[in-house]
Amino acid sequence: MEIGLNHYLVLATILFGIGLYGVMRRKNLLMLFFATEILLNSVNIGFAAISHYYADLTGQMFAFFVIAIAASEVAVGLGLLIVWYKRHNSIDLDEMSVMRG
Amino acid sequence: MFEAISFYLFSFLVIASFWVAVTTSQALYALTALAAGMILISGFYFTLGADFLGAIQIIVYSGAVLALYAFGMMFFDTTREVKEKKPNKAIVTTLAVLAAVLTVAIVAAPIVSQNIVALYPSVESVGNTQQIGVVLFTKYLVPFEVAAVMLLVAMIAGIVLAGKKMDISLTKLSESEIEKQNAEELV
Amino acid sequence: MEKYLYIALFAPLVSSLFSALFTAQKKKQFVGVIASLLIFTAFASSTVLLVHILNGGEPIHVTLMTWMATGGLNIPFGFVVDEVSVVMMMVVTLVSTVVHIYSNGYMDHDKSFNRFFAWLSAFVFSMMVLVMSDNYAGLFIGWEGVGLCSWGLIGFWYNKESATWAANEAFIMNRIADLGMLIGLFLVYWNTGTLQYEEAFAAFPGLDHATLVWIGIFLFIGAMGKSAQFPLHTWLADAMEGPTPVSALIHAATMVTAGVYLVIRSHPLYDLIPNVGLFIASLGAFVAIFAASMALVNRDMKRIIAYSTLSQLGYMFAAAGLGAYWVALFHLMAHAFFKALLFLGAGNVMHAMHDELDPFKMGALKEKMKWTWIMMTIASFALAGVFPLAGFYSKDAILEVGFVEHHYIIYTVLLVTAGLTAFYSFRLVALIFHGEDRYTLFGIHPHEAYKFMLWAMSPLLILAIIAGAFQHTFFELVEEALNAVHYHIHSHVTLWIMIIGTQAFVLASIFYAYKKYARKGIKVPDGTSETEQSFLYKLLYNQYYIPYFYDEYFVKPYRELSSIFWKKVDLKVVDATVDGIAKVLYSTGSATRGMQSGNLSTMLRWMVVGLVVLLMIAVAVGLAARYSAELSQFLAGLGV
Repeated sequence: MEIGLNHYLVLATILFGIGLYGVMRRKNLLMLFFATEILLNSVNIGFAAISHYYADLTGQMFAFFVIAIAASEVAVGLGLLIVWYKRHNSIDLDEMSVMRG
Repeated sequence: MFEAISFYLFSFLVIASFWVAVTTSQALYALTALAAGMILISGFYFTLGADFLGAIQIIVYSGAVLALYAFGMMFFDTTREVKEKKPNKAIVTTLAVLAAVLTVAIVAAPIVSQNIVALYPSVESVGNTQQIGVVLFTKYLVPFEVAAVMLLVAMIAGIVLAGKKMDISLTKLSESEIEKQNAEELV
Repeated sequence: MEKYLYIALFAPLVSSLFSALFTAQKKKQFVGVIASLLIFTAFASSTVLLVHILNGGEPIHVTLMTWMATGGLNIPFGFVVDEVSVVMMMVVTLVSTVVHIYSNGYMDHDKSFNRFFAWLSAFVFSMMVLVMSDNYAGLFIGWEGVGLCSWGLIGFWYNKESATWAANEAFIMNRIADLGMLIGLFLVYWNTGTLQYEEAFAAFPGLDHATLVWIGIFLFIGAMGKSAQFPLHTWLADAMEGPTPVSALIHAATMVTAGVYLVIRSHPLYDLIPNVGLFIASLGAFVAIFAASMALVNRDMKRIIAYSTLSQLGYMFAAAGLGAYWVALFHLMAHAFFKALLFLGAGNVMHAMHDELDPFKMGALKEKMKWTWIMMTIASFALAGVFPLAGFYSKDAILEVGFVEHHYIIYTVLLVTAGLTAFYSFRLVALIFHGEDRYTLFGIHPHEAYKFMLWAMSPLLILAIIAGAFQHTFFELVEEALNAVHYHIHSHVTLWIMIIGTQAFVLASIFYAYKKYARKGIKVPDGTSETEQSFLYKLLYNQYYIPYFYDEYFVKPYRELSSIFWKKVDLKVVDATVDGIAKVLYSTGSATRGMQSGNLSTMLRWMVVGLVVLLMIAVAVGLAARYSAELSQFLAGLGV
């Protein structure tokens, strides 16, 4: 049974769905970050698969940049999270209602 | 045959561990499951011949990012049960599936219509790492440098945000006192 | 020379804007002085232009700027000073200078002194635009401008309900007529492709007769409104609610003559359609006697003069309709002088009598107000057409026109009207200035007007006396522009019989009026005497019941119709629609308010919804692009 590009794309879809599900479900900000990491990784799998099946390096390049962005996001996001936690003693999304108009 | 076995095996493991990561109510379980999933993903990369990407995946995600999360979690009270909201599950699931399918459909559309041309075709005789190095430092040099600067900025931002006044608990201060401190910092 | 044109045109505008700066402030004497000076400047410039034209100078034609240029429509802001417009400019600026100076005294105690001058000067500016424009569009602008200023001045004392009512009546009546005028202008543009006088007049002979008749009729409807001809005449008498200087300037000398000016200006058109001209003349003659009859019994000093104005406008239309445009213009000019004088004199009397308007309550004022008496008497003689005053020349010329053109009915009507005019004019003079003093009963202590007001009136007095002497000069001036011809009665005997007969008739009327009203023992009518009970008196006193008729058959049904529309259409349809839109928006707002709860997880979910929608659109567009050929085939199959 030959594994083709479509298999990988289906896998990426499933993982993306799981990530999105997590994003919408999680109330704890830290867990929300975990879910976003899953989103990014699912896309990376798609890139790598396309890169392989078309013998083209562009896909892998994109994957690298995605990883770089993910790393930056974690650094900044965690910093913000800590400041927030220090002020409010909570990282619960529902308690962040300062944006209420 | 071997390829198929590895694909299905890894797929199952990755999906399972990510599922755990988004559903468990224990932060530590979630973190562990996530780390497992990340490492397992690198398996796909090795299968797909993207050796360098696989190595990066392990180093950056499992090493750096998850270590960062682990350290971050030390600041929070992770022992207490994570409260989850109870949204309408059907809506959330439908939305997630729809979004995922549509995204992939868009990405896959050019593949289906067969109009992709390889911009930087990989060369058989040369190793993956070497190829990447050549392309990264020629065609993608500027984005690469920009990404480096971005990482630097993110690092400094992380230090400034998290490292500020580690000995003071802002939670125990009143708003006015915080304002006062901010004003002092500005001076 | 162009410089003088611009000064004459824009000095009133400057005056108006300057006065308008102080409208919200207390009376400032210098506003009146400066406004008068600026209007005088316009008068001086007009005089320079008149001398230029009299010395055989070319008409001055300037184009200030392009006003409208869209497609085939090109209307410049152009002004022309030719023989016709320079006469009108002289009349307008002279009378308005006098009225401005006079108003300094008349409005002395009014708290809206500054506002009065702003409106009055604005009127002069509009009137100048009207008479100086070289195209119908500019004329229409001035036409509407004078209408607006007339509205503002009739309703000048806006806390008086009768004044605001009269102002609105005048404005609405004029709107009705202006619609006719506008249709006339559209017809002119439609058929000739231009609104410039010269080009349009050149194109008129090439049009078919029916079109010209329609153009003539619609333009005349506009003139009827402005000049208060039957059946749109009711506003003029009611317009007497305004301050008396306004009545003198607007409702006697200038604005109401704009209709006559329009007919004179369009004389190449009316030359081509003599049947419409005959209609105009007949209507003019009818209005002349109709208005004069109403003046016979009226007991309001200003209304009597207003009806005489109406009557004289009838004369002008009679002359213009018969093709004697120069005679009409000459009568317009002479009439402006003596009628303004008469009105200003009436203003003096009103001031002296503390705004009492009933001449039956006056009497024997000639001792207290000698100069006013002299001026009003001379003005009345001029109005009656007694030799050798201004009215004799102009009115006699109109009668001759009627005779020479063999329209004996018009001639007879106008002749009878001349007698009536003499009677009611001197009825007024006799009641005000002669007989016993009846005002003491009402506790009034009359006094003569300020000296400078009398001095200001003196130019009009002089012109009312000597204007007839200019007849020949005037004829030569406009001879070419208006294709003027002398109307000679070939038989000398007939001529002398006519002149002497007319004079005798007029003098007999005057004598009868004096005999009847200057005697002692006149009582303030209380509605019990036999005359007042007669049907004819009631008919005339109630203005032939025309205002009553209008009120009953136009105003009331219209009001009821409006009320129905208000309740049925406006409230149920229009308001409901507007409210419905507001309600939809409001309920959408409150329904979607949940999105903006400030809760981040809710927002996150909405974000995903938005993402899904956008992705769907992207996929749909992509598919549509991919299968565009098949789609268009499908749509073609559906018949789209």
